[in-house]
Amino acid sequence: MQKASRATSASPSATRPATGAVSLSLQGVSCARGDRTLFENVTAEIHAGQLLRIAGSNGSGKTTLLRVICGLLDPLGGEVLWAGVATRRQRETFHRQLVYLGHAAALKPNLSAIENLTASCGLAGVACSDADAALALAEAGLQEAAHLPARALSQGQRRRATLARVALPARHDDAALWVLDEPFNALDATATPWLMDRIEHQLARGGIVVLTSHQDIAFGPHVPQVTINL
Amino acid sequence: MSATLPTTLPAPAHAAPSDTTSWWLAMRSVFVRDLRVALRHRSDTAAALFFFIVVVSLFPLAVGPEPGLLRTMAPGVVWVAALLAAMLSLARLFADDQADGTLEQLLLSPTPLALLVLAKMAAHWLISGLLLALVAPLLAVQFDLSWEATKVLSLSLLLGTPLLSLIGGIGAALTVGVRGAGVLLSLLVLPLVAPVLIFGAGAVESASAGSGYGAHFSLLGAMLAAALFLAPVASAAALRIAME
Repeated sequence: MQKASRATSASPSATRPATGAVSLSLQGVSCARGDRTLFENVTAEIHAGQLLRIAGSNGSGKTTLLRVICGLLDPLGGEVLWAGVATRRQRETFHRQLVYLGHAAALKPNLSAIENLTASCGLAGVACSDADAALALAEAGLQEAAHLPARALSQGQRRRATLARVALPARHDDAALWVLDEPFNALDATATPWLMDRIEHQLARGGIVVLTSHQDIAFGPHVPQVTINL
Repeated sequence: MSATLPTTLPAPAHAAPSDTTSWWLAMRSVFVRDLRVALRHRSDTAAALFFFIVVVSLFPLAVGPEPGLLRTMAPGVVWVAALLAAMLSLARLFADDQADGTLEQLLLSPTPLALLVLAKMAAHWLISGLLLALVAPLLAVQFDLSWEATKVLSLSLLLGTPLLSLIGGIGAALTVGVRGAGVLLSLLVLPLVAPVLIFGAGAVESASAGSGYGAHFSLLGAMLAAALFLAPVASAAALRIAME
């Protein structure tokens, strides 16, 4: 299908033709909240290895656009395509390749960071041992706090516990698309470069990252970016 | 510029692990997580259980020590109390997940939402309905129920309370994110579970009267089989609408 035809544009060194197929495309996406139109006719084409940055003032619909891309929200008009196929027609395939970190931390307050991480990994259909989870949390900077219940964590630590999901090797292998809502919020001076490094690595291996950010996070000029201004 | 970048992503995962394995894994992790949350936060489970015990115990005190009357009303009283106790915890079946963002993650799982919802309902039954069915024989003593009738009461609760979790789950999904969800949920669900109440209490009455209760159990079983299939699908559809 589309996957095969798109693979021809990948470099000839790619041994598995199907792997070059990741691409995200927004075709005339419009969305309204109540009577108010949030955005209209948003069109963008994001290829493997590109970062999509959604900019805009408060209330301009950044989070709404992310939710539309994930498939949590049906757009009023237009379509979101993943690898050339509408996402709502291949929900399971698409969601297997998607990591979404939303506004809410998605942590159960009474469970530890490790338990939260293994549960969310299992939910994605990927087995993850406690040791794997502890490693990923340590990489995200949560060595000591990994066994504390999530309600005892600070805002920044909670953010790190959520972000550890993108540091999990098991999960990470399939996840071609990361959708991150304000990922740099509440992160300190050590975690911000770590996350930027993770994002650059994800792009370098041919994945796609979509993010919104208030802060002016400066990625190097070698990071191919697409910006949508809402 | 992206064309020059090497694509090192592995082949799409749907080729590797079989769907059923990953579905099973996802269902199990949802089930285990819900049980863990309930174990860490025992007060909610205990509150529903004590509510059940207190409501049932109030009736003999209010009506007075008249064995004949108590025996007649026992099945109805226990069943109504079980219904109300199950409603207490149902309101938070999906509301907690919605508040902390895990509901979004459920919706974005590659596993069909109906299966995950079924896992949640199973966990809910284990911490509500099953406990009620286990406690019921102790409460039956207050009503001077015969051994046979007590046995049937427990069995009818074992067969009927999963229906409360299943049908109640639809109501919980419909009212997720609504203000005053608790009352609305009861208004929606209680009429729907009336047949469960009728056949559940009816089975115990027949057993007390000495006639067969097989028909009641067959009907409860048939309702359970239908609800096991339909309720998760309906709840999943309701959740998708509620999250828009």
